[in-house]
Amino acid sequence: MTGIFVLLLYVGAFFGSFVIAKRLYSSAFEKKGFNKLKTVTFGDESSITPNRVASVVSVITVFWLWVAFTNSAIPLPKFPGPYSGNASFTYTVQLKDGTTDDATVTMRVYREDIQQTVDAEGNPGREPKPAEVEPGEGFAKNDSLTVARYGFKVVNVWQNDEVSKKDGSKIIAINGQPIEPGQKFTTPEGKVGLTDKGTPTFAPKTGLRMARLYLPAPEVVWQRFVFLNTEGYQGFTLLEHTRYSLQRVLIGFLLGAAVGVPIGYAMGLTGWARGWFDPIVEFMRPIPPLALIPLIIIWFGIGEIGKIVLLFLAALWIMIIAARSGVSGVAITKVHAAYSLGASKWQILGKVIVPNSLPDIFTGARVAMGVCWGTVVAAELVAANVGLGKMIVTASKFQLTDIIIVGIIVIGAIGFAIEVGMRALENWLVPWKGKI
Amino acid sequence: MSGLQIDNISMRFELPNGGHVQALQNVSLDIKSGELMSVLGPSGCGKTTLLNIVAGFLAPTEGQIILNGSKVVGPSPERGMVFQQGALFEWMNVRDNVSFGPDMKGVSRAESKEKVDHLLDVVGLGDFREKAIYELSGGMQQRVALARCLANDPDVILMDEPLGALDALTREKMQSLVLDLWKETGKTIILITHSVEEALLLGERLLVMAPRPGRVHKEYHLPFADLGVGADLREVKKHQDYNSTREEILEMIWNMEEEIMGRTEESA
Repeated sequence: MTGIFVLLLYVGAFFGSFVIAKRLYSSAFEKKGFNKLKTVTFGDESSITPNRVASVVSVITVFWLWVAFTNSAIPLPKFPGPYSGNASFTYTVQLKDGTTDDATVTMRVYREDIQQTVDAEGNPGREPKPAEVEPGEGFAKNDSLTVARYGFKVVNVWQNDEVSKKDGSKIIAINGQPIEPGQKFTTPEGKVGLTDKGTPTFAPKTGLRMARLYLPAPEVVWQRFVFLNTEGYQGFTLLEHTRYSLQRVLIGFLLGAAVGVPIGYAMGLTGWARGWFDPIVEFMRPIPPLALIPLIIIWFGIGEIGKIVLLFLAALWIMIIAARSGVSGVAITKVHAAYSLGASKWQILGKVIVPNSLPDIFTGARVAMGVCWGTVVAAELVAANVGLGKMIVTASKFQLTDIIIVGIIVIGAIGFAIEVGMRALENWLVPWKGKI
Repeated sequence: MSGLQIDNISMRFELPNGGHVQALQNVSLDIKSGELMSVLGPSGCGKTTLLNIVAGFLAPTEGQIILNGSKVVGPSPERGMVFQQGALFEWMNVRDNVSFGPDMKGVSRAESKEKVDHLLDVVGLGDFREKAIYELSGGMQQRVALARCLANDPDVILMDEPLGALDALTREKMQSLVLDLWKETGKTIILITHSVEEALLLGERLLVMAPRPGRVHKEYHLPFADLGVGADLREVKKHQDYNSTREEILEMIWNMEEEIMGRTEESA
C-alpha cells in the first residue's frame, strides 16, 4: 500500500512539477539556438536537451522523499510520524467471582535513537524514567512504563496488582473493549493486545516514517559524514578509505590497460596472437570478476595485491577487446593511403592504427573504469582492511546505517565523477570521435 | 624504359565454394609518362582490382606491372593513391595530413613547409591549414587528399573514384582542379570513374572495360582533357565530338549491363 502511495506521489511530482515549472520558469522550456527554428522536435532526438529545471527538481524530490520518510529536523513536509509522548490504556481485570476493576497503564514513548543524541552539554541522551502515577483504588493498580518508538512491550500489569493469574483472575477488556488472549486492536496511540497467556502488550503507533536504524535523516548522515572525516571509522578517515579504493582502481585499471591494449593490438595485427589469445579472452570475458574473488583471496590473501590482481583482471579483457576492435575499425583505405605515402609498418602502427583506435579504446576505458569501481567496492565487501566497501560492510555489522549511506553516496559520487572526467578527457583527446 | 607497363595481367579469385571469379584476363597496357588515362566500365569489370594491382596492394595471379623499368611488388610512394573518401587522417589537421608523406621519409618540417604551403594554396585551402579534417566539407577533404598525394611527388597518381561522393557543382570544380594539376605537374594519372562525362573530360586516353572476365573492351584517344585545361568545362562539353562519343560509350556500357542481366537470368 505504502509503496503504491509513494509511487503515485512520485509520478504526481513528475507531472505536477512540470506544470508548475512551465508556468513559473517558461524560459527553461524555450529551445536554444538552432533548435528554436525547428518546427518538428517530437521524434527528432537531436533536438532534445535535458531540462535543467527538471534535473534540479528531480534531485530535490529525491531529497524530500528521504526527509519525508525520516524523523528529520529539516522543516519539510513529512509523512505521519510515530507516536510520541505519553500513551495510556485501561485494562479491566475480572476475578474468579466475577468482580471487576479497572486500572490505567501509562506508557512513556521515547525516541528510539535517544542514546545516539547529545544534549546541550554534550552528554549522550538517556532513556527517560516512567511517568509518576498514583496507584489508584481497587485491587488492580495503575502502572507506568516506558517504551521506545517503533518498539513493543509486554506490560506485566500483574506485578503491582493485588491479584494474579494464578488465582484465576484474567483481563477481559482493554479500553472497555472486550478482548480474548491472542487478540489485538488499534488505538489512536498504537496497538494494544493480549499475549496468548493473557498479559497486555503495547506497541506505539509507527506512522510511515522509518526508524533511524532503517533510514537515518539527512542531517544525521551529514553529521556522520563530518565525523567520518574528522574521527574516521575502523582506524581510517573517510578520505583514507576513499583514497585506498581509488588507488586500487587506478593501479588495477592502468595495469589492465597497459597489458590489455598491446595484446588487443597484437590480436588485431597478427594471426598468431589472435589464435593464441582468442580462447583465453573469450573464456575469461564472460566470467564476472566477483566470481574470481574466492580464488584471488586463496592465492593472494586479502591484502592490496589480491585487490589489484582482481581489478587488473576486470579491466584486462575489456581493454583487449576495445583495442582489438579499434584496430579492426581502421578503414582499409587509410592503411592503403599510408602505405602509398611511404609509411613503414611501424609508422602505420604509430601514425594510423593507434590514433584511429583511440575512440574505441576510450569507450573501453570508460566501461573498464566503471566495472573496476563496482568491482573494488564488492571486493572490499568480501575482504579488506580498509576501503569504502570495507567501511560499509563493517558498519552494517554494527547496524550503523548512516555510515552505509555515507559510503553509498560517496561511491555514487565518485562513479559519476569518473564518468564525467573520462568524457571530458575523451572530448579533449579524440575530438574527431563521432564526427566522421 | 620509362612509363608504366601493365603486362598481361590476369587476376583470379578463388571462392570458398570451390568456384572462381576471373576478375581480369590478359590486360596489357602501355601508359606513357605524363599520360592522363580514365578507366570506365560497369560494376564488376575489375577496374578497381586493376588499380589495386598497379598500386601494389594485390599481386596478380599472372603478369606483372613495370614502372620505370622495375617490377612492382608492393605499395610505394612512387605510386600515390587518392581514394573516394575516408582516407584522410582525422587525428591530424590539414597541414599534417599533407605533410604526412614527407614526414614518413624523414624530411624535416622546415624543409617540407614551403612545398606543403604551396600545394595547399594550389588546391585552394590556403586559409584552412590548421583546420581539423572533420571541419571540412567533402570537396575540401578531397582537395586535401590531392595535395597529400602530390606532396609526396609520386610518378603515378592512382585515383579510385576520387570525386564519386561529391555533389555535381563541387565535382565540376574538382574536375577542373584535377586537369590543372595534371598539366602543372605533368604526372601520370590513372583515374577510375563511374561517370561517363568525367571519363570523357578527364582522359586523354579513355579505357572502357568489360566484365566477366574483366578485360579492356575499347580504347579512345580524346582531345577533351587538353581542351579543358584552364578552360570552362561546360564549353568543352559543347565540342562536336563530345556528345557523340558520350552516346557511343553509354550505349556500349548499356549493352554490357544487358548482357550481364541476360546471363544471370540464363544461369538462374
